Amino acid sequence: MRFMVIVKATPEQEASGGAMPSAEDLELMGKFNEELVRAGVMLAGEGLLPSAKGAKVSFDHGKTTVTDGPFTEAKELIAGFWLLQTRSMEETVEWAKRIPFQEGEVEIRQISELEDFEPVMTPEIAEREQRLRDQLSGN
Amino acid sequence: MTGTDTLKARNAIEAVWRIESARVIAGVARMVRDLGQAEELAQDALVAALEQWPQSGVPSNPGAWLMSTAKRRAIDMLRRKENLDRKHQELGHTQSTETDAADAGLAPDEVRDDMLRLIFTTCHPVLSAESRVALTLKLVGGLSTAEIARAYLVGESTLAQRIVRAKKTLSTSNVPFEVPAGAELAERLGSVLEVIYLIFNEGYSATAGDDWVRPALCEDALRLGRIMAALAPDFAEVHGLTALMEIQASRIRARVGPDGAPVLLLDQDRGRWDQLLIRRGLTELAIAERLGPRGPYTLQAALAACHARARTPEETDWERIAELYAELAALTPSPVIELNRAVALGMARGPAAGLELVDKLLTEPALKNYHLLPSVRADLLMKLGRGEEARAEFLRAAQLTANERERALLLERAESCLAVRA
Repeated sequence: MRFMVIVKATPEQEASGGAMPSAEDLELMGKFNEELVRAGVMLAGEGLLPSAKGAKVSFDHGKTTVTDGPFTEAKELIAGFWLLQTRSMEETVEWAKRIPFQEGEVEIRQISELEDFEPVMTPEIAEREQRLRDQLSGN
Repeated sequence: MTGTDTLKARNAIEAVWRIESARVIAGVARMVRDLGQAEELAQDALVAALEQWPQSGVPSNPGAWLMSTAKRRAIDMLRRKENLDRKHQELGHTQSTETDAADAGLAPDEVRDDMLRLIFTTCHPVLSAESRVALTLKLVGGLSTAEIARAYLVGESTLAQRIVRAKKTLSTSNVPFEVPAGAELAERLGSVLEVIYLIFNEGYSATAGDDWVRPALCEDALRLGRIMAALAPDFAEVHGLTALMEIQASRIRARVGPDGAPVLLLDQDRGRWDQLLIRRGLTELAIAERLGPRGPYTLQAALAACHARARTPEETDWERIAELYAELAALTPSPVIELNRAVALGMARGPAAGLELVDKLLTEPALKNYHLLPSVRADLLMKLGRGEEARAEFLRAAQLTANERERALLLERAESCLAVRA
């Protein structure tokens, strides 16, 4: 299963104008990310610049409106994300608890996946057919 | 505390276990030099957590808690043993570093070495393939016996017995809890990669049960592959295997139609391919190729990458695919690989080039009753306008296949050859 761990923006982060975090914070975050990689659970992760450098596109029945940042509703803004592959929500929560944050909030959402397929062929047939068709792929 | 709270606490503890168990087992195994005992001691620590944490709350560093609890029990157990004196010396040495490591939360290189020892031991060639798979999923992957039994559609008691027997075999064969060195390392690494790829393939084209793919098993294998890539980053084939699995997994969504029927590579909707996994796979492949030399997994990953890079089937670099098959055949000679190369050559340089190679395979004993040989040959003949010969080959292929659906398809194609002749 895949989960997105969404880091909520704080007013400080929003106001920072995209300033780099401290070396110490970077070091801690680097260690944490390394842990995720070593455990084989990290698919991706990025930090985002403040909304001042962002834009919004809104849709209204065929009409699009573009609004440049910054956006005021800081609570709804996100500052970054991780994409994790784990075996359960509980495991993801456990990883999230280890994020080296002093304050703030992350939100965990499961990514929808197409997992339940209705079987209509036996695997043997499917496998053979796959091999055959792979060979005949030039048609 | 309500029932729901207890359940929640249990689930949280199990999640911690999934993350920490391999490291705890590996750390304890280094002390007691027995995998079965190490697992029992680690399990004891889990039981202690299940008793204490719901009341006291989950400690701030649950991994270190489990590790030090399990190691304390290991020390108690070792002290009770008769050969106390000899062990004591070793213990005095390990104990101090251990406790520091546990207190600090992590001592990366020590943990890395322990994890490698664990993986090499669960994948030891003294065990059968199915035992290696079960033990690796249990001790390295952190899956429960019930979960593995469900994934492999066997009874839980059967699987539990398999694991017990495997641990016993390791113990009675005196398999040391070590990372192999020298010439043995390459061979043993091969066994580790084989186990991981076996798990992946069981998920990717299930041999048991009704489901054509079981993504959860693919994910478990990928996780093991990624762990290995982090643990043993200097080995090209470790990255090659991870690259292969990432790229193959990128197609999982596209290779099953809405009705559950498999969709073949060239017919797949490439928009459904997972670009994140493709990118990860290509990155791993680049690492593997940089480290070199290209082994079988790296070559297969490179083959998969040829398809992953093509935005449409027409953009496929068949020339490159033919080259890679030639390299693969040189490494692991197989007439089936040669047949694949012939198909690629036929795509790259036209049917005559493909046919030339296929014809060389006609005397190959291993392909004597292999229906794909005449069916590939028929396809190339048809493209060359040699309808009568193509028809005979399709009929021969139809005779050789054991599969009804396939036979029907081949007979249909045989019929279509008549139109080519006219």
